[in-house]
Amino acid sequence: MGEVVVITSGKGGVGKTTATANIGAALAGFGHKVVLVDADIGLRNLDVVLGLENRIVYHLVDVVRGRCRLRQALIKDKRYDNLFLLPAAQTEDKTAVSPEQMRELCAELQEEFEWVIVDSPAGIEQGFRNAVAGAQKAIVITTPEVAAVRDADRVIGLLAGEFDLRDPKLVLNRIRPRMVRYGDMMSIEDVIDILAIELLGVVPEDEQVVVATNRGEPVVQDPRSRSGEAFRNIARRMKGEAVPLMNLDREGGWVEKLRRLMGFK
Amino acid sequence: MLEFLTRLFGRETTGSKEIAKERLRLVLVHDRASVSPQLLQMLKNDLIKVISRYMEIDTENLEIHLDQTNETVALVASIPVKRMKRVAQNPA
Repeated sequence: MGEVVVITSGKGGVGKTTATANIGAALAGFGHKVVLVDADIGLRNLDVVLGLENRIVYHLVDVVRGRCRLRQALIKDKRYDNLFLLPAAQTEDKTAVSPEQMRELCAELQEEFEWVIVDSPAGIEQGFRNAVAGAQKAIVITTPEVAAVRDADRVIGLLAGEFDLRDPKLVLNRIRPRMVRYGDMMSIEDVIDILAIELLGVVPEDEQVVVATNRGEPVVQDPRSRSGEAFRNIARRMKGEAVPLMNLDREGGWVEKLRRLMGFK
Repeated sequence: MLEFLTRLFGRETTGSKEIAKERLRLVLVHDRASVSPQLLQMLKNDLIKVISRYMEIDTENLEIHLDQTNETVALVASIPVKRMKRVAQNPA
């Protein structure tokens, strides 16, 4: 019996969908049977991030309404035989599904998959409530910005208060080590100190994410990408391995090397 | 050019993260208090317990709230006292 994990953030644009795709792909790469559920009904995009947009026949609402069987709606990934996507509907709105129906759907998926990872929509309204309904664990993702951390704090409060998800884990996304060193960006410690929840992983800002997303490929497939490494580490921690945080100060640019050579910071 | 060089060598630091942290701290004090009225209610109950050791208070008309100015948040309590006690009572 698998585990249902929701990935949520409150604020939009902090990297929920990218994180869902990459954590899922990493877990699949480690041999686990994984299904990704796009719970952002009306605005589907997990399919595009995974490069599976042309294969969609049925979607989540079709399954819930009994217009097809669950198996028919699941799309098998191109790269990993054990990675599947349940796409969101594009034309229906979020009231098309109820929390109760999501609970039943997640319970069914959990019978067959080791990991059921639900990509939550932004916000804290019905779409969020649906996404969270069937989950046993939650990952809250944020970036080191005031608005994103504020919304993460609100979501953490809601998860604990209303949904009995008391122990969410934090993923800090898009951190720029150089700006942190200059005192121009909140550090990992700053954010942890404010949110007071357990850290699952830190993902550095990485242009390779843009490149990979343009191509519809998970960045975890790129062995040289730093964010790819960070997402693989997150997946390993979810499996229960103790993986130390990667050294974010190890940067490759020539300016950086020159600066270090000349003894600045 | 000079600006570029100071940036390149990392000498210019505006330290804007301290501003971010302070703004977040203030915003969250308020968010958390308004999101969770239970929290304030629990505080209220605890306050009543502690203060009642020293004086008899009008718990019906006790008021507490958070007062925010631009830079600070204060917990403001208005607690009508009915009678002072001569000696403090030990907690039961």
